[in-house]
Amino acid sequence: MRTSTSALKSKDLLGIEPLLPEEIDLILDTAEGFKEVSERPVKKVPALRGQLVINLFMEASTRTRVSFEIAEKRLSADTLNFTASGSSVEKGETLIDTAENLVAMHPDMIVIRAKHPGAPKMLADRLPNVSIINAGDGSHEHPTQALLDAFTIRERLGRLAGVNVSIIGDIAHSRVVRSNIHLLTKMKANVTVAAPPTLIPAEVEKMGVRVVHSLDEAVEGADVIMMLRIQLERQGKLSFPSLREYYNTFGLTPERLRRANSEAIIMHPGPMNRGVEIASDVADDPRRSVILEQVTNGVAVRMAVLYLIGGAHNVE
Amino acid sequence: MNMNLLITNARVIDPSQELDAKLDLLIEDGLIARIDKRIKASIETIDAGGLILAPGLIDLHTHLREPGQEHKETIATGTRAAVAGGYTAVCAMANTLPPNDERAVTEMIIAESRRNGACRVYPIGAVSKGLNGEALAELADLRAAGCVGVSDDGKPVWNAQLMRRALEYCTMLGIPVIAHEEDANLSDGGVMHEGYFSTLLGLGGIPAASEETLVARDVILARMTGAHVHIAHLSTAGAVDSVRQARAAGVHVTCEVTPHHIALGDESVQSFSTNLKMNPPLRSAAHRQALIAGIADGTVDAIATDHAPHHFDEKNVEFDIAPFGVIGLETAFPVCYDRLVRAGVIGIDRLIDLMSCGPARIFNLPGGTLRPGAPGDVTLLDPDAPFKVAATFQSKASNSPFVGQALRGRAMTTIVGGAIRYDIRAPKRKTKK
Repeated sequence: MRTSTSALKSKDLLGIEPLLPEEIDLILDTAEGFKEVSERPVKKVPALRGQLVINLFMEASTRTRVSFEIAEKRLSADTLNFTASGSSVEKGETLIDTAENLVAMHPDMIVIRAKHPGAPKMLADRLPNVSIINAGDGSHEHPTQALLDAFTIRERLGRLAGVNVSIIGDIAHSRVVRSNIHLLTKMKANVTVAAPPTLIPAEVEKMGVRVVHSLDEAVEGADVIMMLRIQLERQGKLSFPSLREYYNTFGLTPERLRRANSEAIIMHPGPMNRGVEIASDVADDPRRSVILEQVTNGVAVRMAVLYLIGGAHNVE
Repeated sequence: MNMNLLITNARVIDPSQELDAKLDLLIEDGLIARIDKRIKASIETIDAGGLILAPGLIDLHTHLREPGQEHKETIATGTRAAVAGGYTAVCAMANTLPPNDERAVTEMIIAESRRNGACRVYPIGAVSKGLNGEALAELADLRAAGCVGVSDDGKPVWNAQLMRRALEYCTMLGIPVIAHEEDANLSDGGVMHEGYFSTLLGLGGIPAASEETLVARDVILARMTGAHVHIAHLSTAGAVDSVRQARAAGVHVTCEVTPHHIALGDESVQSFSTNLKMNPPLRSAAHRQALIAGIADGTVDAIATDHAPHHFDEKNVEFDIAPFGVIGLETAFPVCYDRLVRAGVIGIDRLIDLMSCGPARIFNLPGGTLRPGAPGDVTLLDPDAPFKVAATFQSKASNSPFVGQALRGRAMTTIVGGAIRYDIRAPKRKTKK
């Protein structure tokens, strides 16, 4: 039996890698409580009233930015959205200067989406008086995505331990896959990653996952099939020959899904490329696809993260 | 400048003549005059107090950044960093702005180092005009102006025909071609060693093969041409193997390893500190062990710093976009003493060989020996002195991966041509007339 905890150890959420299993449990349990808030007629609680959260998005994002903003508003925080385009970043201001200027206006939390791995850590190391929440840094981590994925799996299958999760797609360049591997292995799930060898990063098996190069092998016996977006711009640039060939070898279609466990669920962090990594029949399958549930759960999970980080911050 | 100096009471270690004994050393007119027991002379005298007296350290790989990037380093500040680290001579890489691809630049570097340099500076010329990898620079003119080798360091000579021609041409000039070995296609987008930690951190990887393929090519070209190729900052196990095999087959190939590749591994990049970003990158433990094995068995000829100063602002950005390079002159001896001698890999005599005699031997430079008639370039080393690496340096830059580390062993006094250019014992030194 794992020990339980009532607070996160760090003032920041930089990734899943530094988290303890009981901290992951705490976030997921807290999110369960918050999920109900979004179903009320008045979708708001006063948990973060008077706190200022800055959403610092240095890279394009729809889902994550909107989800964080909704989560912040439902917790009654004051929110401010800052994007790279149209800001002093375009005039050559460095990230650290931008962040220091924002911090001079006393925000409580900064949610950052960064192009470069390690940028949230760089800010956290330099800015002791504000909490940094990583909303995705390059190909490094995307912790709230992994948390909402885990929340969804737990809600659907009742557990994480022992669940067979297959992640299929561009493993090399995905921050989602790294955070998911950290989380799922910490929670004792079995993780398989599948892709052509050109999209598998070096020595990834040392992260505790099984590597296969066949969609059928990955689907066989899986409880959870998580498809990743193929970045269209990688086509023809040595990673794989064509989208057509990719779809033929790794695209998830109803026929190829037959090898999965009958209760297997289909996940995708979005944005989807229909007809590239996933067929619409699969993506829209009402029985198996939980892709929109993931989005719904994202708000609850982000509320939990903001609450646990902002709330603890408040108490001090 | 005092060109006459007597150093007494020293443990003189000179691997060039297999010497390790308690002796005095006399420098006259800037040259080594005599080593003997109890020399008496009525000139300025330093009591070494039992410290190690070695031929002055020589760095084969320094970026002094002048002309053109004086905000990072100058010949004056770079050579001050050198003498603070025990170096009496440095080889200045050609990738300045403009690059050292013509005589006028070489002459400027030599003139400025005579005017404001704290130690000797041996310029390295460019292999190709503008470092563009297309046409040979005027190599004979560069040689005549004082260049001791040629290199496009910072980038590889990607065109094998150009490399072949440079090697052939340099056999006529009697200087080495110094090769920065990197297949730019394999390393494209890479910012750290490709392996488990690049996967963990989501940073672009530079595979070992990027270095190993070009080392293999250049060893073959050196065999074909009979020329001397010197492999700069060797960082991989496969490259050590290539050099070892080629050497055994009689190919004229030499190589250098940096202190940071000996002391640090790619796991340290988990801090995302930009002072751990350099090219070639910090490698995995297996590669480091292969480098250390190459040092122990004699495959490695020299330890060179690849001192690459950058301004604070340039490094104060995300890891991905920071420039490659770290400084090394002021920490090289303590780091190597700690990781190689104190760790029991090699003896102090072999370390002095790697940092002084070896560099002089393979580049055919003055120094690297205490034989009479050699330049009066010597360094006093204290193997037991504690050395906590502070955040400020004699170098204009502070991009060191060793800041904060507690090391032991350091250069105490650096003497160039009989003149004391650095002496941290100065207040306590007994001088008699």
